[in-house]
Amino acid sequence: MTADSDIHAHDHDHAHGHDDHAHPHPTRADADERLTHWQAMEIAVRELLIAKGIITAADVRAAVEAMDARTPALGARVVARAWSDPAYRQRLLADGTAAVTELGIEMAATKLVVVENKPGLHNLVVCTLCSCYPRMLLGLPPDWYKSRAYRSRAVREPRAVLREFGTTLPDSVEVRVHDSTADMRYLVLPERPAGTEGWSEDRLAALVSRDSMIGVTRPDNRA
Amino acid sequence: MSDALPARFAPGARVTVRRMAPPGHLRTPWYIRGRTGAVERLCGAFANPEELAYNRPGLPKQPLYRVRFRQRELWPDYAGAAHDTIEVEIYQHWLEPAP
Repeated sequence: MTADSDIHAHDHDHAHGHDDHAHPHPTRADADERLTHWQAMEIAVRELLIAKGIITAADVRAAVEAMDARTPALGARVVARAWSDPAYRQRLLADGTAAVTELGIEMAATKLVVVENKPGLHNLVVCTLCSCYPRMLLGLPPDWYKSRAYRSRAVREPRAVLREFGTTLPDSVEVRVHDSTADMRYLVLPERPAGTEGWSEDRLAALVSRDSMIGVTRPDNRA
Repeated sequence: MSDALPARFAPGARVTVRRMAPPGHLRTPWYIRGRTGAVERLCGAFANPEELAYNRPGLPKQPLYRVRFRQRELWPDYAGAAHDTIEVEIYQHWLEPAP
């Protein structure tokens, strides 16, 4: 204790420049809890696969990097294309997997279903059982999408959830929730905002947020 | 697809989700068991995830449907509009013709 205190006092005798000690730094708790059963299992299986020469550490790193590199910009490109090209929109609604493959996006093991918002219909996506999400188009899901609160409330009181995201819909609009329970992944095709006639695909894509493709918000052109 | 079971239900068919609770890995949420809806579309045939979870082949493949339910059918006190709906993917072996 004495030694630690001395070291600590010594550190603080030197000016840190930005640190006047009036406002302590917020610190994030160290993640030094014991591994959960499944964390330990993941490490064990990964190390075994590498030890047996089935995959390499570089394969794992590359897969993580590829996962982290995907962003909602991919989905926004798909939406902007559908808004600009009626024939593409038809293909996207008929077979989402094939239509995004045209743009160089591979859905891997799952199939894509695109659900279209219309004047009398608003779509909302959830996975009540876990966190199924169109990662190939939107990247990793936000934390709230995986929360127990969103997963249970989106099916039980979707209009209240939508209001909390600032999306208040009249009763004349049907709210249709899609529970992503199995082999399909869902992307909402939002309505194209009014006043965007003649816009380029790039300009349109900038209006399309991640949340509007999950269905908790609607895009507008005020941005 | 000779390794797939034939589809029993056509789009629009009224179906009831079996009210059962076998042990193991299930992809049928509790809140729709015993509930009646309409087939929205056939999604294709997929290996049964209840078998895949235990490293079994899951064959023959099960037809997978999207079934549309009225929210009021699921939650008697549902607070939204009467025409609000929910769609859930359900494998054929969980479905029977609605009475």
